[in-house]
Amino acid sequence: MHPAPSVILFSTMSGAGFGLLAFLGLGLPVVTGGLAFGYFALAYLLAVGGLIASTFHLGHPERAMKAFKQWRSSWLSREGICAVAALVVMAIYGAGLVFFGTRIGLLGTIGAILSFGTVFTTSMIYTQIKTVPRWNNTTTPAMFLSICIAGGALLAGEVKFAVPLLILAAAAQIGHWLFGDRALAESGTTLATATGLGARGEVRAFEPPHTGTNYLLNEFVYVIGRKHALKLRIIALILMIAVPLALVLLGQSFIFIALAAISHLVGVFTARWLFFAQAEHVVGLYYGKR
Amino acid sequence: MTTLPTSTDRKLGLVIDLDTCVGCHACVISCKGWNTENYGAPLSDQDPYGANPTGTFLNRVHSYEIQPEAAPAQLIHFPKSCLHCEDAPCVTVCPTGASYKRVEDGIVLVNESDCIGCGLCAWACPYGAREMDAEEKVMKKCTLCVDRIYNENLPEEDREPACVRTCPAGARHFGDFADPDSNVSQLTAQRGGMDLMPEMGTKPVNKYLPPRPKDQSLKEEVDILAPFLEPITEAPKGFLGWLDKALDAMPGGPKGGSN
Repeated sequence: MHPAPSVILFSTMSGAGFGLLAFLGLGLPVVTGGLAFGYFALAYLLAVGGLIASTFHLGHPERAMKAFKQWRSSWLSREGICAVAALVVMAIYGAGLVFFGTRIGLLGTIGAILSFGTVFTTSMIYTQIKTVPRWNNTTTPAMFLSICIAGGALLAGEVKFAVPLLILAAAAQIGHWLFGDRALAESGTTLATATGLGARGEVRAFEPPHTGTNYLLNEFVYVIGRKHALKLRIIALILMIAVPLALVLLGQSFIFIALAAISHLVGVFTARWLFFAQAEHVVGLYYGKR
Repeated sequence: MTTLPTSTDRKLGLVIDLDTCVGCHACVISCKGWNTENYGAPLSDQDPYGANPTGTFLNRVHSYEIQPEAAPAQLIHFPKSCLHCEDAPCVTVCPTGASYKRVEDGIVLVNESDCIGCGLCAWACPYGAREMDAEEKVMKKCTLCVDRIYNENLPEEDREPACVRTCPAGARHFGDFADPDSNVSQLTAQRGGMDLMPEMGTKPVNKYLPPRPKDQSLKEEVDILAPFLEPITEAPKGFLGWLDKALDAMPGGPKGGSN
């Protein structure tokens, strides 16, 4: 799959942003006044910034409002609704903390659930896509959610949660990679089933429809960077998990947490780039590619 | 509305005969022509006369080689367009309701003025039937020529999809699969019409007719007089025969000792 920078930026930023919002909603930590403003400003910057980035990959961003309509069937629609609901609830909750110094616990809990719900619905947009076997399994939401929660704990400065959650996130990410590497082969979809001609003999793509490239090949058969996948996976794990772990264990002052969070986000960005770049869409089979 | 209808009154679709298709691409051209000049946004081209031309097509013809175990290889031309699936995954993922499957005839369409160009429907389609137009930034797909098949301004024989109308080999057939007596239902039954990627659970309406079996029993069907024909020796004679022997005798040849 083509790794669109806007979509990768969206999933990295809003994942961390909604993670932080969830922790704030749960009162981890309980902050008020100016400090609360700082936390909420960061969370909204990431969450809303990510959502705005995601509209850049739309062909017609001016029609984005229409996307809230089809929640009955569409995970993308559900994500939009969940995100707006989370942002509105958390804004009211945040206003209570910042301006009135009062914490409305119930509102915070609802906001936290909606925030996790947003990241879950994001992950389901990918998980539901049967044509990309690497995504079409439970390791995808497990990976998205565990990274969101770990990132939220890190940004919230809740080190005692961040350490085990980062380890859990690493396990979920590695699980997604290992499972994903076998997914296409195990899906049973091959050029033989794609053409229905498999029973007659070995099928080989002889000639593509056009000599040049097309939308399908650009969007779904992205092969650049796959050969560096292992190196990028190691880099992603180091930046996303190992460096933040080392930093928060070394010290828990603002500068250590901030550096750990930046390293974590760069690592997540790298892992998400791979999430797209390594994903094989079955339409590639028609072109004799994967 | 992007939830799928539980059933449709009719199931309009195509039968594509892989035995008959000659791979001329006439259907590709007529489709591009009709759908550029009529319904919806035109199918644009980018850099059409330059070094790297690309463009939007609703129908593309692949060619595949099949190598049976004990027979000569076969070349199969393979036109591919939207299969108007009964369980169309492209429809349910649409966040705006721009993609829909019609209850009256089962055609899967895109309402282009509602399309936000997110591309998710193209991700969901296993067949590569949907392409985002690079100029209009909306999703394009086969409409089954919905503006031809009901168009009373056209002579009756033209009221079928442009690809079917133009096919010089008669490899494409249009009809209603809900009617067991229709031409397409009959063809599917007679020739073992098949689904593409059935494991995806999309329940395609369009069916593909597999190529008819080719003569493969060459040994059994050799002419009974063949043994009486003068045997053809394959050993070279004359100068070539001498050269063959001389080269064989040299070191490195089959009789030339060790390499």
